[in-house]
Amino acid sequence: MCALMSRRALVRLLPSAALFGALLVAWQLAGPAFGIREYLLPAPTSVVRAMLNVSIPWPTHIWITTLEIVGGFAVAAGAGVALGIAIAWSPVAARALVPFLVFVNTLPKVAVAPLFLLWLGYGVVPNILIAALIGFFPVVINTAVGLTQVDEELLDLGRVFGAPTWKVFVKIRLPNALPYVLSALKITATAAVVGAVVGEFVASQAGLGMVIVNAQTNLNTPVAFAALVWISIVGLTLYGVVVLAARRWAPWAEAGS
Amino acid sequence: MIVLDRVGMTYRADAGPVEALRDITLEIGRGELLALVGPSGCGKSTLLRIIAGLRPATAGRVTVDGSVVTRPIPAVGMVFQAPLLLRWRTILDNVLLAAELAGLDRGAHRARAEALLRLVGLDGFGARQPRELSGGMQQRAALCRALLLDPPLLLMDEPFGALDAMTRDELNLELLRVWGEGSAARKTIVFVTHSIPEAVLLADRVVVMTPRPGRVARLFDVPLPRPRTVATRAAPAFGALTVAIHEALTETR
Repeated sequence: MCALMSRRALVRLLPSAALFGALLVAWQLAGPAFGIREYLLPAPTSVVRAMLNVSIPWPTHIWITTLEIVGGFAVAAGAGVALGIAIAWSPVAARALVPFLVFVNTLPKVAVAPLFLLWLGYGVVPNILIAALIGFFPVVINTAVGLTQVDEELLDLGRVFGAPTWKVFVKIRLPNALPYVLSALKITATAAVVGAVVGEFVASQAGLGMVIVNAQTNLNTPVAFAALVWISIVGLTLYGVVVLAARRWAPWAEAGS
Repeated sequence: MIVLDRVGMTYRADAGPVEALRDITLEIGRGELLALVGPSGCGKSTLLRIIAGLRPATAGRVTVDGSVVTRPIPAVGMVFQAPLLLRWRTILDNVLLAAELAGLDRGAHRARAEALLRLVGLDGFGARQPRELSGGMQQRAALCRALLLDPPLLLMDEPFGALDAMTRDELNLELLRVWGEGSAARKTIVFVTHSIPEAVLLADRVVVMTPRPGRVARLFDVPLPRPRTVATRAAPAFGALTVAIHEALTETR
């Protein structure tokens, strides 16, 4: 049965894999065929060569950017869930926080990035905060919605058994919110990648975003592409981890929909 | 013994106050199964929630064994129209939720939870997820949850109303069996329903309520012998009572 399922998965993946392969081949052949220069569109083989070029300290750049993405994701998740709980728990907190959060969310985060660097200096921390700022809003909203969208009778059930409010919160409201939170975290995982790279674009001493900026000024386009591929590998891995976590901890949510 | 003494309920709504219940006076004896029937919106579910201590009455009072009900009391188990099983818990864990919410030890109630599941024919389903069970089976599990702490009073709010007719008939007889018809230790049950035949089959007495504001229109004794079976429905007295209650309900409109 397991073998059967993996074969079915393979069949499902086949069209996209075939398209991807065909595009790579076409891309590889397009350069020589139309005389496209490497600095405009480097061939896939040049990109791979750049990705494995040991004269560029890739491990350091990948590490820095991963740290910023994962750090931003963690801060967004932690702060988002905490604010969501506060909003769901207390109507006063909701009235105080929601307009403020909506205002913060409408700010163009990219424009705020230079201010963060001004206040916090170069380094990993401001980029983590930019990544977190871009990614935290959906977590707040989904946490608050998941905690409040509970069947009124389910809460009656808790009260019939004489459960105190905190116990109803822990046993009924929180698990009810989990699928909402996990689906917001999928959005946050991709938003954190944007945030980290934007931070590095503005100013930084290391990281894949900085590699792209430097490569662009030197017209070293294969290296810029190589950094882009590394970024997408980091981003896809984080996204995959979140999807797996959702499947592991909230299997009922996916089966239900 | 449950005593409802001139219970009334008036909601505050935007368009002004809405009177849902007026002047309900009833005595429900220990071990009695009382059915409440009435048109939609007559406040029978509200009345059940007042007895449960979930909503405060705005007039009159409810006493259970002499003490006034002001908030949920441990003596009550409740079954709702929806099974309300937590979809992230197994069937057994859903039954044990009653103990957890009441702040009691899970382990100490495990054996009873398993015995209850056996009693309602859910043997071997304890480890399943709610979504794997049919509506009838889910409602059986909800009944087990209500019975876990062995409350002397069971409040049932149209518990089988969402089920198909055959499953409903089956569960009616099952409820009577689980209730322990004829045994001295049987629970007091207040059962809200839309179905007159269901009320007659189950109850010792049937209360017919008026449209809003809900009042007691008529009280019917159901003298059918117990234990009641499939054959009870064929008894002439069953048919006569069903018609009489139906007529009483029509008169209230």
